[in-house]
Amino acid sequence: MKRHLLEAADLDRADATLVLDTAAQIDQALAGREVKKLPTLRGRTVVNLFYEDSTRTRISFELAAKRLSADVINFSAKGSSVSKGESLKDTALTLEAMGADAVVVRHSSSGAPHRLANWVRGSVVNAGDGTHEHPTQALLDAYTIRQRLGRLEGVRVAIVGDVLHSRVARSNVGLLHTLGADVTLVAPPTLLPVGVGSWPAEVSYDLDAVLPKVDVVMMLRVQAERMNASFFPSAREYSRRYGLDARRMGVLPDDAIVMHPGPMNRGMEIAAEVADSARSTIVEQVANGVSTRMAVLYLLLGGAPA
Amino acid sequence: MTSYLIKGARPCGGEPADILLTDGRIAAIGESLSATGAEVVEAAGLIALPGLVDLHTHLREPGREDAETVETGSRAAALGGFTAVHAMANTDPVADTAGVVEQVWRLGQEAGLVDVVPVGAVTVGLAGERLAELGAMADSAARVRVFSDDGHCVADPALMRRALEYVKAFDGVVAQHAEEPRLTVGAQMHEGDRSARLGLTGWPAAAEEAIIARDVLLAEHVGARLHVCHVSTAGSVEILRWAKSRGVQVTAEVTPHHLLLTDACAESYDPVFKVNPPLRTDADVEALRAGLADGTIDAVGTDHAPHAVEDKESEWAQARPGMLGLEQALAVVIETMVEPGRLDWAGVADRMSVRPAAIGRLDGLGDRSQGRPIAPGEPANLVLVDPAARATVDPAALASRSRNSPYAGRELPGRVVATFLRGTATVLDGKATR
Amino acid sequence: MARAPEPARSTAPGGAPGTLLTSADVARVVDRMAHQLIERAASGRAEDGADGGLADLVLVGIPTRGAPLARRLAARIEAFTGTRVDVGTADITLYRDDLRLRGVRALEPTVLPDAGIDGRLVVLVDDVLFSGRSVRAALDALRDLGRPRVVQLAVLVDRGHRELPIKADFVGKNVPTSRSQQVRVHLAEIDGADEVLVTDGEPGVREPRGEEAR
Ligand SMILES: [Zn+2]
Repeated sequence: MKRHLLEAADLDRADATLVLDTAAQIDQALAGREVKKLPTLRGRTVVNLFYEDSTRTRISFELAAKRLSADVINFSAKGSSVSKGESLKDTALTLEAMGADAVVVRHSSSGAPHRLANWVRGSVVNAGDGTHEHPTQALLDAYTIRQRLGRLEGVRVAIVGDVLHSRVARSNVGLLHTLGADVTLVAPPTLLPVGVGSWPAEVSYDLDAVLPKVDVVMMLRVQAERMNASFFPSAREYSRRYGLDARRMGVLPDDAIVMHPGPMNRGMEIAAEVADSARSTIVEQVANGVSTRMAVLYLLLGGAPA
Repeated sequence: MTSYLIKGARPCGGEPADILLTDGRIAAIGESLSATGAEVVEAAGLIALPGLVDLHTHLREPGREDAETVETGSRAAALGGFTAVHAMANTDPVADTAGVVEQVWRLGQEAGLVDVVPVGAVTVGLAGERLAELGAMADSAARVRVFSDDGHCVADPALMRRALEYVKAFDGVVAQHAEEPRLTVGAQMHEGDRSARLGLTGWPAAAEEAIIARDVLLAEHVGARLHVCHVSTAGSVEILRWAKSRGVQVTAEVTPHHLLLTDACAESYDPVFKVNPPLRTDADVEALRAGLADGTIDAVGTDHAPHAVEDKESEWAQARPGMLGLEQALAVVIETMVEPGRLDWAGVADRMSVRPAAIGRLDGLGDRSQGRPIAPGEPANLVLVDPAARATVDPAALASRSRNSPYAGRELPGRVVATFLRGTATVLDGKATR
Repeated sequence: MARAPEPARSTAPGGAPGTLLTSADVARVVDRMAHQLIERAASGRAEDGADGGLADLVLVGIPTRGAPLARRLAARIEAFTGTRVDVGTADITLYRDDLRLRGVRALEPTVLPDAGIDGRLVVLVDDVLFSGRSVRAALDALRDLGRPRVVQLAVLVDRGHRELPIKADFVGKNVPTSRSQQVRVHLAEIDGADEVLVTDGEPGVREPRGEEAR
């Protein structure tokens, strides 16, 4: 494993598989236990540095670190020196002085974790940067797919929605490709980046044509405000063409699953009855997030300094 | 005033000759010259070029003297072989009045290292709404001929048309920063495969090309001179080639960084590579080199853009665009154009001195002319270059007050050994004389 | 005064690692340990007032090689007594206190018998006992897995150099070694053949090897 986890490309197939296997072992080791805590990272310090509000991701990382007995410092940009104009570099030097062994960073600017990695000695884990990547989300998604379908190799995955602005999509395309899955991106052309043709994924504008041929549908959050910038004409038209409703769910193969990284816009990209159906993995994804992040922290921090 | 006898330099790469500089002029050129009392400069193996002229320099004074001043920028320019630089108008206050351009001009005179030629803003406050007092700036002591809202595009087509027309009265030129603003909202880097992967908002080539296409049509329509700043795409070169073939009075510049670097640099997320227009693809770089070689692109303009550390040591999106250029411009041209055989030394003199001076109308100012041939009687503006020397760029060693060089750690050819401004050495032995 | 243990004969002049136990030796040692475990389980009934006998016993292997060793011991006990003995494995990786020094490794499953370990005689099984840190980690892991009545320790090889007050209850073979030597247990299930080797460590290597080098 590399020292940092900044993007899906930091993981080759062996590393990615090791993370998933480790998460599975951790899950198994903790299954049915009353005290879900391991002493593994006792004495290590994990800093959650969140420049963007994301309670669910922060809590997931916090729980992961605490279950491994690490000391956790939550450093929220809101209301701290950060919001008073302290630069990322100054914050990095502060964290360095605190002796952070790992910095979990969420930032609205693409590449901020890469910058941070130049300035701290500890491991940097990207918990979502701008419209770039969110690698632990991709790991937990891959873990969830493997758990449900028993494999990743050859699994057909449709990623549907605002690919252009989605760090989840970028990380998933990269990681799922690394792990041997076949990815199809489905979106209106306005919500696909120029240059998407260079990605290891198929591209389709037609959700109905893709759905019967996939094992996994991953719905991305679409912000209704995008229509103000003319990415699509209206929320209603978007949802009619690219939303996953009960009718569309009906054309999926029998054992296909429906995923969503959350938070969902029910009625926009996903209908309530789909989100709450047996195909939906949305709740598992949350649980799997903790074990996957435990595996990442263990593998990055447990090891000898390379 | 000291006389200098330059021994054995090759004027524009020609046969070695001695060059005698006396009283601010080139007194003689020939074999085995001697002159009593003249300081001898041994120049065997060195190339002599006319003093370089930059059409596009950000000196930051007034307003951001922490990033650069007229004096530090002038010193950087002299060390880069320049004898004249055009100081862009996006200072604070903006150079949109006779008072500000005269202040900049005077600071340049006081520094005395290069001729600092102020560029006037096209619109008041660079706001793109109404014309600044272009005539007053033209008539001022600063004698402004180049007008630009650089940093911003004069996006309103009607306003651009009026500006092009109006400056005809004093033989001015509008230097356009070609960027359709509605296509570059939030843009961070070239829009393409890499921006898609890096999750940085794309700056499409079409946003530049659309403005250039519009402006060459406007310039043709009103019979005015148009200069295009920092051309960065292959498509722009094509449009310029087409416009020139139609006889449009359009000139263009390319920056050193667009001749050398590509959007691959953005993969580091190091904002030292963030610039506007952004670094483009290999194919664009190739088209720009070809365009400079065949004269479609007239000049190299550095777009020297110093930035304080805090404006660059940050997240990519928060960083300000721009990079240093004055001290490495000639080296980059040697690396990308001379060494591959695409431009000879006469070509370098043409693209880095003669043509930019002509565009800025600096070539007919008598004793104060720039971009003149190396010939007896001409003003003694000269640079001596060692083409064989190679050095690794160390930002800490630069004369600029800022450190945002995209060439840090890169080995580049060509060392400026000496620069003469009207017979006065501003650089000797590779060091600034003041 | 304790006499310093004589280091094991190791590398022959030709460089071949010294063999401590051959395949046949390993089989014999395992059989003997199986008999000792049977006796312990039987006597446990009297000593502890428990009535489990062999049914009370759980052999918990410490991966990697403790796991197949535990299964072998169970198989031999069954062969000798006709009684099936519960076997489990407890991966201790996440309980180690020396990760910082030794780096991560892939986790292995922790599997306990359906009946669990609460109230039972748990015998931890490992291949080599060296510093004792693995056993300490295993004890920590066991604490999270249940509450055994008694925990004991069985190892194929005890090579000395303890760093903790830990002692094995069942030892296949005691082997005095020097710290720099390496003891390597090979088992057919993992390595293709049974044997126990001792080799000289590289000069300057001071890290404990053997039980740690799993
Ligand atoms: Zn510009």
